[in-house]
Amino acid sequence: MPILSIMILAPVLSAVLLVALPGMDARRARIIALVTTVVEFALGLIMWSGYENAAAGFQFVEKLPLFAPYLDWHLGIDGIALMLILLSVFLMPLCILASWESVKTRVPEYMAAFLIMESLMIGTFAARDIFLFYLFFEAGLIPMFLIIGIWGGARRIYASYKFFLYTLLGSVLMLVGMLYMVGEAGSTDIGVLSRWNFTPEAQFWLFLAFFASFAVKMPMWPVHTWLPDAHVEAPTAGSVILAGVLLKLGGYGFVRFSLPMFPDASAQLIWLVLALSMVAVVYTSLVALVQNDMKKLIAYSSVAHMAFVTAGLFALNTQGIEGSLVMMLSHGLVSGALFLCVGVVYDRLHTREIGRYGGLADTMPRYALLLLFFTMASVGLPATSGFVAEFLVLLGLYQTSTWATFVMTTGIILGAAYMLWLYRRIAFGSAAGDDTRAMPDLSVREIAILLPITAAVLWMGIYPKSFQAPMKPAIASIVARLDGREMATLPTRMTLTPGLPVNLLPPAAKAAFDMPMAAEPETHR
Amino acid sequence: MIQLLVFLPLITALVAGLGGRAIGHVPAKIITTGGLFLSAALSWVVFSQFWLSGAPATVVPVLDWIQSGDLDVRWAFKVDTLTAVMLVVVTTVSALVHLYSWGYMEEDPSQSRFFAYLSLFTFAMLMLVTADNLVQMFFGWEGVGLASYLLIGFWYHKPSANAAAIKAFVVNRVGDFGFSLGIFGTFLVFGTVSIDAILAAVPSHAGQTFSFLGQTVDVMTCLCLLLFVGAMGKSAQLGLHTWLPDAMEGPTPVSALIHAATMVTAGVFMVCRLSPMFEASLTAQAVVTYVGAATALFAASVALVQTDIKRVIAYSTCSQLGYMFFAAGSGAYGAAMFHLFTHAFFKALLFLGAGSVIHAMHHEQDMRFYGGLRKHIPITFALMTVGTLALTGFFFTAGYYSKDAILEAAFASGTSHGQFAFVVGAFVALLTSFYSWRLVFLTFYGEPRWAASEHIQHALHHGHHDTEDSTDSGLEHDHAPVAHSAPHGTGGYHPHESPASMLIPLFVLGAGALWAGWLWHESFVGAEHGAAFWRGSLAFREELMHAMHEVPAWVVWTPSVAFFLGLLGAWFAYLRSPQLPARAAGAIPALYAFLTHKWYFDELYDAIVVRPSFAIGRFLWVRGDQQTIDRFGPDGAAAVVAGGARAAGRFQSGYVYSYALVMLTGLAAAAAWFSIGTDVGGQ
Repeated sequence: MPILSIMILAPVLSAVLLVALPGMDARRARIIALVTTVVEFALGLIMWSGYENAAAGFQFVEKLPLFAPYLDWHLGIDGIALMLILLSVFLMPLCILASWESVKTRVPEYMAAFLIMESLMIGTFAARDIFLFYLFFEAGLIPMFLIIGIWGGARRIYASYKFFLYTLLGSVLMLVGMLYMVGEAGSTDIGVLSRWNFTPEAQFWLFLAFFASFAVKMPMWPVHTWLPDAHVEAPTAGSVILAGVLLKLGGYGFVRFSLPMFPDASAQLIWLVLALSMVAVVYTSLVALVQNDMKKLIAYSSVAHMAFVTAGLFALNTQGIEGSLVMMLSHGLVSGALFLCVGVVYDRLHTREIGRYGGLADTMPRYALLLLFFTMASVGLPATSGFVAEFLVLLGLYQTSTWATFVMTTGIILGAAYMLWLYRRIAFGSAAGDDTRAMPDLSVREIAILLPITAAVLWMGIYPKSFQAPMKPAIASIVARLDGREMATLPTRMTLTPGLPVNLLPPAAKAAFDMPMAAEPETHR
Repeated sequence: MIQLLVFLPLITALVAGLGGRAIGHVPAKIITTGGLFLSAALSWVVFSQFWLSGAPATVVPVLDWIQSGDLDVRWAFKVDTLTAVMLVVVTTVSALVHLYSWGYMEEDPSQSRFFAYLSLFTFAMLMLVTADNLVQMFFGWEGVGLASYLLIGFWYHKPSANAAAIKAFVVNRVGDFGFSLGIFGTFLVFGTVSIDAILAAVPSHAGQTFSFLGQTVDVMTCLCLLLFVGAMGKSAQLGLHTWLPDAMEGPTPVSALIHAATMVTAGVFMVCRLSPMFEASLTAQAVVTYVGAATALFAASVALVQTDIKRVIAYSTCSQLGYMFFAAGSGAYGAAMFHLFTHAFFKALLFLGAGSVIHAMHHEQDMRFYGGLRKHIPITFALMTVGTLALTGFFFTAGYYSKDAILEAAFASGTSHGQFAFVVGAFVALLTSFYSWRLVFLTFYGEPRWAASEHIQHALHHGHHDTEDSTDSGLEHDHAPVAHSAPHGTGGYHPHESPASMLIPLFVLGAGALWAGWLWHESFVGAEHGAAFWRGSLAFREELMHAMHEVPAWVVWTPSVAFFLGLLGAWFAYLRSPQLPARAAGAIPALYAFLTHKWYFDELYDAIVVRPSFAIGRFLWVRGDQQTIDRFGPDGAAAVVAGGARAAGRFQSGYVYSYALVMLTGLAAAAAWFSIGTDVGGQ
């Protein structure tokens, strides 16, 4: 059974039905969309259960030559793709439910946009052909434009313009890079390209070309300013998908392309990525501290969390990369849930201004409890998914650079500060006005949206093995590909890498390792 | 058994917390309190196995947790003597505090939530003390932090309680920052986070160096100090102590359980648990000693001038934690644990006793409005006196044994930091005696000064009969300056003794405060029995314990002399000539202001950390994001194209089309490239 093709095409089919069928009304559109996304989730679970955790390489491979040799319908997943697809299909039905009452205009079109987006997201993660990937990767943004532009807030034009400008710049450079690579290697197969040894000079430029695209999608500092605006203007479900899945495209790109295809350049340019990540954590955390708009605050916290992803990936070791992937999953769940929580109160009071809330622990105790849970997951309390992610990222990063770890770890202090400050202003104290006091607690539908995410966050926090196990062979092959590459060293000796051969270290550090200690740590990678 | 003991409080917390609304307050309270008493009974069984029959240390695995590369973290329970001691401290005090809260929180509308938090806290604390690896210890560490945050902010209508809760969490996170880096470094060096494996490998890594932040540093010193930063945060040591006094915003039972007996001692426990690591670094030990001694002195000096009864006891706790740390730094880990053990009894007793006074005085916490209470609440008075005797180290009480052991060990350690700690510790014993008896005299002796209290006024005007049925109301009570015409007298108010549910825990703790030292000092710090009691669960230096018993007689007598001098001073200043303190304060205003402002730590942190963070955040947002990145990025680009295309005015789907167009053009170009390429190649 070509399960991946079915998963990609089924939502498209439903979307066509939604738009083309005569007599389609809002109620039917919602039900069709919900049924489709639930079926997609079920298919995702079937795929998970059929996935061989221990096997290396790609599974559920399908290949159909379309425009050979330039573009094949070539699909297949490894554990990383599997987990990200599961995240997408898990969040989708929740998004449909979240839009159940809040979206009232052009409902069939809205649902169709979401279904198309689901299809494109799955396609992006499943594509094994580099041009097929490019198509899915870039086209996935079109429905997002529409969602922000048509169903968005007051400044939606400005937001989508910013979004457009940044992504355009990045994608053009990436496309040029892809053309060069295919010309060089003579194949559009991602598997072939991942094993191809480009010259270090070519890797350097290719890395930068891809970096332009992925850094924007991530988003990394300083190309992050489109994100707060896009989040603020997007409808709730749009924000959930934006934070939950679209932001993961950048990280996925780094894992799928940059690290295995340009390993020498990755090792040489870690200083760039780590420096940007360090700036991002401190900078955006401080900015988050002074926000008065809930969605902006969470958007800035997303930038800080994504900096953990990039820093973990470019720790270039097992713990760092594994931590980054768990962080991508965890952030997808937690920030998605936080945006859903904002949506809950926005639906009632129609403002995102933090000062208009307060005292929700009195009036909406169930809401306050769940918001507290996701707040704690966001600050990385142990037993939530956020802790496993942060811990692995920082543990891996410590082996590559103590300086970077030192700076990044301040994120756990700043993160607690801005999230608790937010929670205090929303849930504690007393209500800002009578309309705030009159807000009803969570409805059954809203609880049904938030509880599955709560369960997933706890599961990933207490027993992350279920999620880590499928990804291990894929990560092992990436680490093997990176092993032994010459890492950059900064003038400040930022990177001191006891995991690497001693001759790569600067003289002072080498002296340190000539002492008895040197025998120990080469096994830590 | 250990699983039941640890998970029972979690289950009862979930039942009471999530189902409290459905099942009602009384069932929720019965479930949580009953569960805790069962846990406590099991803990005593475990403890007696180690104490009397010398059971072997065990590790009980529960579940895999995080595995990645060489990292292998499991959920597991480690049970040895050190854990057993902590188990009885945690569950016993927790069970008594649960019981006490029946009376104290009787009228609170969300009391099931309160009991759920208490049980949740106990669970996290039990996970902490049974941790067999550093990551699980960090789980408990953060878990108790969460519970503490929730309980400090329990009355979330009070802005001051909310601020205190955030402060507690964030300051503790500063400590966790160090703890985390310590864990990462430990893993780098040892290749494991299992405590047993780490401690076993300590000798082979002692004296090595590694690179940290570009510096080449001693492995053990660096790791110990990083981990110690975590301990400083949790145990409120100088520099990271500012959250503890503010934490008194929480209900008084919380202060007794979390901020006196258990959570704040987690740092001491951690240092003892990892004592073989600290033993491998003299520098780290010296730092621990100096920080402990400085904290003991600082907190005791501030306690001298506090007027809020709970804050006096809070600073006293901070000061006693300093004693525990300098004992550990001097190498007397057994003495540190012994003081932790006895302190849990008498400090919980003092806090709960203070709660009883506050309860009787209709939420008034300011000792300036107390006086003459011994005739009205005699049982509370008697038990508070017992607690004070133990804290100040009166002969044969619990504190007498443990504090003497610490001072003698510090003296006998033979190190310069140990000697320093001895001198500071002896002086602080004097201060301790003074401020403790000051508290007793101001509260229970002299003439009643109740009439000026707003709380008492409130009680009188809103029906006296409700004094007993309402606890701290959760409303903000600002103390207006005492400007009433009649600052003295009872104002016609009659304090009541607390109900039995509150007094029974006081009696149990009082028994501990009197006899725990006598009963267990041979086990904890005895030269003969100590090693057999601890059996390697902490670094026990037998020769130090022997040396302790051979210190000169004046060293042995010093704490007792300090006790009497402090008592005499307090008697003179607060009973004999009560106008003396005000005159003393007037004579040295600078010192007085320095002490009442708590050495200006809060002001300093506010000026150099809190306000700059917000200012920098605002600067980066406005100047950085908006006026630099956006201005030269997208907005600048928009300005360029705006003239021709009026880009900002067009409906945005226009962009979608152009975007799609660019993408398709690109793909077409790609196709063209390859058709040409293959054509050329084919020919």
